[in-house]
Amino acid sequence: MRVMVREGLYTDGDPPALLASRCGTCGSVLFPRVDACTYCATEGPEPLDLTGPGTLWAWTAVTTPPPGYQGQVPFGMGVVELPEGVRVITRLTESDPGALEAGQAMELHIVTLHRDAEGQAVVTYAFAPVEAS
Amino acid sequence: MSAAASDVVIAGVGMHPFGRFEGVSTTDMGVVAVRAALDEAGIGKGGFQAAFCGTVYGGVATGHKVLSRLGMTGMPIVDVEAGCASGGAALMLAAGAIRAGQYDTVLVFGTEKMPKGIIRSSFFEQWQEEAGLAATPAFFGLRAQRLCMTSGVTKDHLARVVVKNRRNGAANSDAMYQKETSVEEVLASRVVCEPLHLFMLCSPNEGAAALVLRRADLAAEAPKPVTLAAAVLRSHIPGPVLSESTPLSGLANDEVPAPTTIAATAAYEEAGLGPQDLDVVECQDTDAARELGSCEELGLCEPGGSAAFLDSGAMELGGRLPVNPSGGLLSKGEPLGASALGQIVELVRQLRGECGPRQVVGARTALSHTVGRGANAGVVILIR
Repeated sequence: MRVMVREGLYTDGDPPALLASRCGTCGSVLFPRVDACTYCATEGPEPLDLTGPGTLWAWTAVTTPPPGYQGQVPFGMGVVELPEGVRVITRLTESDPGALEAGQAMELHIVTLHRDAEGQAVVTYAFAPVEAS
Repeated sequence: MSAAASDVVIAGVGMHPFGRFEGVSTTDMGVVAVRAALDEAGIGKGGFQAAFCGTVYGGVATGHKVLSRLGMTGMPIVDVEAGCASGGAALMLAAGAIRAGQYDTVLVFGTEKMPKGIIRSSFFEQWQEEAGLAATPAFFGLRAQRLCMTSGVTKDHLARVVVKNRRNGAANSDAMYQKETSVEEVLASRVVCEPLHLFMLCSPNEGAAALVLRRADLAAEAPKPVTLAAAVLRSHIPGPVLSESTPLSGLANDEVPAPTTIAATAAYEEAGLGPQDLDVVECQDTDAARELGSCEELGLCEPGGSAAFLDSGAMELGGRLPVNPSGGLLSKGEPLGASALGQIVELVRQLRGECGPRQVVGARTALSHTVGRGANAGVVILIR
């Protein structure tokens, strides 16, 4: 069994998806899913699933455990731009900034953060470089 | 310039140094700063009709506790939280109340005692912390990397910002770090979040700062009053994914202005001047890249031009537009509720010509800037 770090952010399927919204008035794509558009205040944007892949827009690595974090360091953190016109703050599976390049293709994965008190894996969304086939 | 009744002047300033002070409370530090500012302004009990206190971690009634210790209560005392811009928010409220005729003299102060290490912010939800996404230095690192991509900024530029500020800070007895450093030493410090090394990040710490604001006609006899030409606070417009509003997503659109730019545009309009008229600037330098980004967002240089601006020497003491002559937050550290007012204290002293070896000679027009989570951006313009 594995548990989501928070319900409602993503699906843990194959492939996984980020649960987003698209505003019917201004067309903006919003993640996480919202009740009202952040950009134009229209109520009730349409649900939209984001499955990627996207491109890498910015990245770094966190080398010291930040407050409240129980997983391993270093870990990658960055911004991935998705074709729907949205940029998403995300963990990255690659923790060596020198191994990444601007604009490279990135795909969505569900990764384990740590194990909870019952021994279950706590999982979240992350982006990984698309392996050359 | 002549004093109109609607003008607001800063009639007195005071500081408790920024640093780490074991056994000294948030209240103790506030008392030191407030007492000094009231002394300079020549006012005592009954001399001000309201007080605004900037603090983030101070807790319930931080301002009341300071003024109770001084035996000066009864007037409205309002604590103001606006993250890194808390002091700027307090200043805006005080200035607006005087301009509106509600009060003629207002005390503005900020006092803070922060935990050590990476700031733990109640801004983030629990799951964000658990997922590692509440890593404040990582957001700084991501913004720094984008600045490197868009503005030709290198790690050498980032190190030279630190060297400049630490050189200035070595001449500031209110700073936490009063020791110069070198590019080699900065780059030899450990990487916290690429491209930022430890010495490129400011330290959250402790301190207090205070100002007395008065209607200009009442302060004509105060020693060297400085006119508050603009005190602006703005929040963000959504869109930029790395905005200080710290969203989880943003738009693939680089045209949305940063909160700093929105606040600066309003402040220039309020003061009736532009960035070309400034003589000295204190800006947000929570990390070295933030200082360069601030220069671009404030219009001190062209968008994308901050590396060239630094290379030109303009930002140095003795340059065309010295930036952070106090040593900035990189030297002073950042006590959130006090940091914006600490900048104002420095600039008032600069405009009065009291800064000794770090004096910007002949400075008449000054700008201060803070920006942080919320987003909140504060821009203040002072004129002698």
